[in-house]
Amino acid sequence: MDLFRAHVLVCGGTGCTSSGSAELIARFEEQIAKNGLDKEVKVIRTGCFGLCEAGPVVIVYPEGTFYSRIRVEDVDEIVSEHLLKGRTVQHLVYKEKAAEEEQHATLENIDFYRPQMRLALRNCGVIDPENIDEYIAFDGYKALAKVLTEWKPEDVIKEMIDSGLRGRGGGGFPTGKKWQFAAASKADQKYIICNADEGDPGAFMDRSILEGDPHSVIEAMAIGGYAIGATEGYVYVRAEYPIAVKRLQLAIDQAREYGLLGKNIFGSGFDFDMYIRLGAGAFVCGEETALMRSIEGGRGEPTPKPPFPAVRGLFDKPSNINNVETYANIPLIINKGADWFKSIGTPGNSGTKVFALGGKINNTGLVEVPMGTPLRDVIYKIGGGIPNGKAFKAVQTGGPSGGCIPAEHLDIAIDYDSLTSIGSMMGSGGMIVMDEDNCMVDIARFFLDFTVDESCGKCTPCRIGTKRMLEILERITEGKGEEGDIEKLEALANNIKSTALCGLGQTAPNPVLSTLKYFRSEYEAHIKEKRCPAHHCQKLLNYEITDKCRGCTACARVCPVNAITGSVKEMHHIDTTKCIKCGSCMEKCRFGAIVKN
Amino acid sequence: MKSLAELEAIRAKTLEKVAMRKEGDDAVRIVVGMATCGIAAGARPVMLKFVEEVQKRNLQNVTVSQTGCIGMCRLEPMLDVIMPGKEKVTYVKVNPDMVSRIVAEHIVNGRPVQEYTIGAAEGK
Ligand SMILES: Cc1cc2nc3c(=O)[nH]c(=O)nc-3n(C[C@H](O)[C@H](O)[C@H](O)COP(=O)(O)O)c2cc1C
Ligand code: SF4
Ligand code: SF4
Ligand code: FES
Repeated sequence: MDLFRAHVLVCGGTGCTSSGSAELIARFEEQIAKNGLDKEVKVIRTGCFGLCEAGPVVIVYPEGTFYSRIRVEDVDEIVSEHLLKGRTVQHLVYKEKAAEEEQHATLENIDFYRPQMRLALRNCGVIDPENIDEYIAFDGYKALAKVLTEWKPEDVIKEMIDSGLRGRGGGGFPTGKKWQFAAASKADQKYIICNADEGDPGAFMDRSILEGDPHSVIEAMAIGGYAIGATEGYVYVRAEYPIAVKRLQLAIDQAREYGLLGKNIFGSGFDFDMYIRLGAGAFVCGEETALMRSIEGGRGEPTPKPPFPAVRGLFDKPSNINNVETYANIPLIINKGADWFKSIGTPGNSGTKVFALGGKINNTGLVEVPMGTPLRDVIYKIGGGIPNGKAFKAVQTGGPSGGCIPAEHLDIAIDYDSLTSIGSMMGSGGMIVMDEDNCMVDIARFFLDFTVDESCGKCTPCRIGTKRMLEILERITEGKGEEGDIEKLEALANNIKSTALCGLGQTAPNPVLSTLKYFRSEYEAHIKEKRCPAHHCQKLLNYEITDKCRGCTACARVCPVNAITGSVKEMHHIDTTKCIKCGSCMEKCRFGAIVKN
Repeated sequence: MKSLAELEAIRAKTLEKVAMRKEGDDAVRIVVGMATCGIAAGARPVMLKFVEEVQKRNLQNVTVSQTGCIGMCRLEPMLDVIMPGKEKVTYVKVNPDMVSRIVAEHIVNGRPVQEYTIGAAEGK
């Protein structure tokens, strides 16, 4: 018998693998065999379910029961209770932090998943990514077959243009248009490239797709190759993604074995094959021209555009480059039609977007929602709100190129255009939530620090300009800000934006500009009053002892620099000139007498 | 891969194995009571027989799952057949020999086997 009545899906994504899912799989197999269930129950290693924070995640079908934070010790109970006797093990079922009552948690009734619409992530956590047959069973390679046997390349391009799909890698450029340019270039050889460099700190959607559904990218690249006339493809993957690389390579091998890559695919006369190239490890290598130089074996430095890749790209041949998530949508669009895809999202922003939700939020993880979903729903319905009763302050989107969105814009419908209109951007989909304890000047400093580190140094505005901006920000957060600093920052920002060579430099000032736009008063408080309103910047904090002090001397004894004076049973005092702001005294005081401001 | 037919063959072959993970509520669910009382009364062979029949007939969109004690231990082995848009039908005192008839008449043709149902057993 090879039909199994139950499937145990164990997440094999990066998050859950690091929390021990491989041992779970071994234990499940062992226990299932021990209970004589090995002919009835099958264990499958899948890609990421998106709720990595609650990992390792295990889902049992057909019920769809969602177990979270499963330890090896829990496996025996799931096998003997759920798999043998059909009783859900309630205490291991995933419980939402916000939810009160006990629930029979299945994928459909978890708040984290309910408002989501999983298109690009459709197979992640559902299929075994190392088994091509499962991908095929979920309509895989059907789109490629359809395109190769029934459509002309022009038809594919028209469908892509009609669908309104825009690049998910950051820029949001219409994919169909890009394909049209590449198709129009005449050459003996063209290339199709997948950008899986994913350098944006916090983002991991591309990794999850490659780990959970690698065939969707292979299929889409073959479709793209057919549309533009390319017979060779390259996937440029971050070297820090070993599981993704391994599964993608396995998927390529399986596709070759089935003749879905290679010569004369589906008897159509179309040849296509593809290769993996490992990233060189710099953020700028994700920029398309730098990426192509890196594949060629050169330094990953951007080159001016034009010429655009569609005219002269990899090895000087016309090339098309798209992001992983962009590709993952394409087989669906071919199968279900451009009109279907356009019906999701907002006008001009078709489909969904995957976000990596992180920071001060209850449910961190990977979420996919239709374009146009209110930001509030992502933060509160899916994300479950802000932990510890703190107030929402802002959300940072678009990573180091993006900006901060304050509470007043919580009701914005998220899409490319709306985010740009309020001074942020979609970027690759990083979404970092900040609460009242986050200092916005320091956030701007953090992102600029990242850019300065990652600037390739080829052009002056980026190499020197961002460094100057960082120095000013550092001064401000250290209480050495001067009158005129804000104006200097603005002037530098606008200069860099208009003169840097590549997107890295051109967008680097965005985090500063957007925080200046919405949180200017915080900058001013730092500069003029030498005060950090969020009580975050260490150098601007002042520790003070209030009249709640009972004179227990605990603080004085713990202070490493003897800044605290006072005798027993009398109110103590901190000498602010000596204090190094280590916070030890505040932690030590049992009467809450020490405050910082 | 030389043809669509070849792809379709792989799809069809794998589909039944993954059907339970596909979206959509049009699945027929066979839910067997499998608490200690059910197992003692012989629920496991019944459930395995269902799995076998489903596979033999190549039925897609049919899942066989288990539940805990349904609460009427004297009528075990018990099971429910839940079809979309129809009232659930409960069979009682099921043995493996009854399974192929339930599958043929109820699951495939949509006509419950009245004499095996809880209504018939309790009406006596
Ligand atoms: C500094 C910099 C880094 C980038 N990093 C990435 C990246 O990691 N992944 C990505 O897909 N695109 C990245 N891009 C955007 C690419 O240059 C390119 O626009 C994108 O891969 C095109 O694919 P799409 O049209 O499908 O979005 C980056 C751009 C810049 C300027
Ligand atoms: S903008 Fe920065 S990263 Fe881009 S080319 Fe200039 S120095 Fe290099
Ligand atoms: S913050 Fe540290 S250095 Fe300052 S008074 Fe307290 S213990 Fe001393
Ligand atoms: S890695 Fe397991 S849920 Fe993301």
